[in-house]
Amino acid sequence: MAMGLGLLVAAAGASLDRVAAETRGAATVDRVPAPKPPRGRGEKCVAETDWMRRNHPSALTHQRDSTVHDGIRTQRFSLKGCIDCHAVTGADGQPVTSASPQHFCRTCHDYVAVRVDCFECHASRPVAASPTGAAPHTPESAETVALGDYVRSLGK
Amino acid sequence: MSCGSTGGAGCRSGGCGGSGGRTEGDLSRRAFLRDSAAMTVTTLAAGVTLHVFGAEPATARAPDEKVTAKVRWGLLIDVSRCADGCDQCVVACQQENGWRDTGHPETDAQWIRKLTVKNPRNGASFSLPMMCQHCAEPPCVDVCPTGASFKRADGIVLVDKHICIGCRYCMMACPYNARSFIHEPLEDQRPHAPRGKGTVESCTLCVHRVDEGRVPACVEACNDSAGGAMLFGDLNDPASEISRRVASYRTTRIRSDLGTDPGVHYRNI
Repeated sequence: MAMGLGLLVAAAGASLDRVAAETRGAATVDRVPAPKPPRGRGEKCVAETDWMRRNHPSALTHQRDSTVHDGIRTQRFSLKGCIDCHAVTGADGQPVTSASPQHFCRTCHDYVAVRVDCFECHASRPVAASPTGAAPHTPESAETVALGDYVRSLGK
Repeated sequence: MSCGSTGGAGCRSGGCGGSGGRTEGDLSRRAFLRDSAAMTVTTLAAGVTLHVFGAEPATARAPDEKVTAKVRWGLLIDVSRCADGCDQCVVACQQENGWRDTGHPETDAQWIRKLTVKNPRNGASFSLPMMCQHCAEPPCVDVCPTGASFKRADGIVLVDKHICIGCRYCMMACPYNARSFIHEPLEDQRPHAPRGKGTVESCTLCVHRVDEGRVPACVEACNDSAGGAMLFGDLNDPASEISRRVASYRTTRIRSDLGTDPGVHYRNI
């Protein structure tokens, strides 16, 4: 009787081990795939990847105040810069917006279940891609400016 | 006084039309005297304040320096050169900053609008663009409970949408009806002009352009393809074109009686 119980326990233990092993295997393949953020354009990011993974929120938050309040737009970190480099092209050949799970930011943020609200106000893809958007404004050349001045001076 | 509008979503409550929205086309003797007094004050203060630029670079500030109170950006609008029915400034602003009419005038954003002001007694009328007046003493900043509505050191009045909670107190406080609230989710905003549901917004004087040394989109459009009625410049530099003009002839600032010290001057109102 005692031996029979021991066999039963051993069998149950073996089956539990098997279930655990299957579960571990599935975790890496099927159930919650680890994020694979797409590579950005260019040689490298503005900072080391490990550093960016950990610190990008504070980098952006710190600089937004100096941009909005002090008019400093030259800094190393820029949400616009992130969006330009890390645009992901969708099925229609256009960069996807943050509405798509393919969006660069969402690949990780969906995984860790952190919702970002940046894109409630900020553009989530480069401007040239916006079907409703006007062409991005390009600064006038010096010649154009000079010509404009001359034409205006004629009218005075 | 009656008013119509083109190009924008029309005039909403307050700001124009009705007894509450007095503009200064109908110059009574009292108004004339009051404005003359205001002009004197402006002139006396000119040593401390005013200047312009036409097309020279807007600023000598290095791009990585903070804005300072040495400059005060302002506009001078010659109403006699602003054609009734022309809305080039409104169109340019919409394209630059990504707002547009969606057919819901009660709730559509409106950074700039054209008003036609008419004196019903004699039929005289004129047309002018109305937008944030970038006051030196902005009521919107006074009432903001979170500090989101603020005046930059160089005189540009902005909303920091990171802080705005959408209470709309500033909209009530603004005598120019210049601010709008965004009611719907947006997508594909201009990268340089973030706008989003639940926040208040208004004319930024194209602050992203000013920081690059360029002029606002409305001014550029008016000079390029309309009457050339608008001039942008530094009211603190006595040598600037805008300061020289403001010093040399009489200009009007709308509701100057409120003491808001607007940065937008009108001529020939």
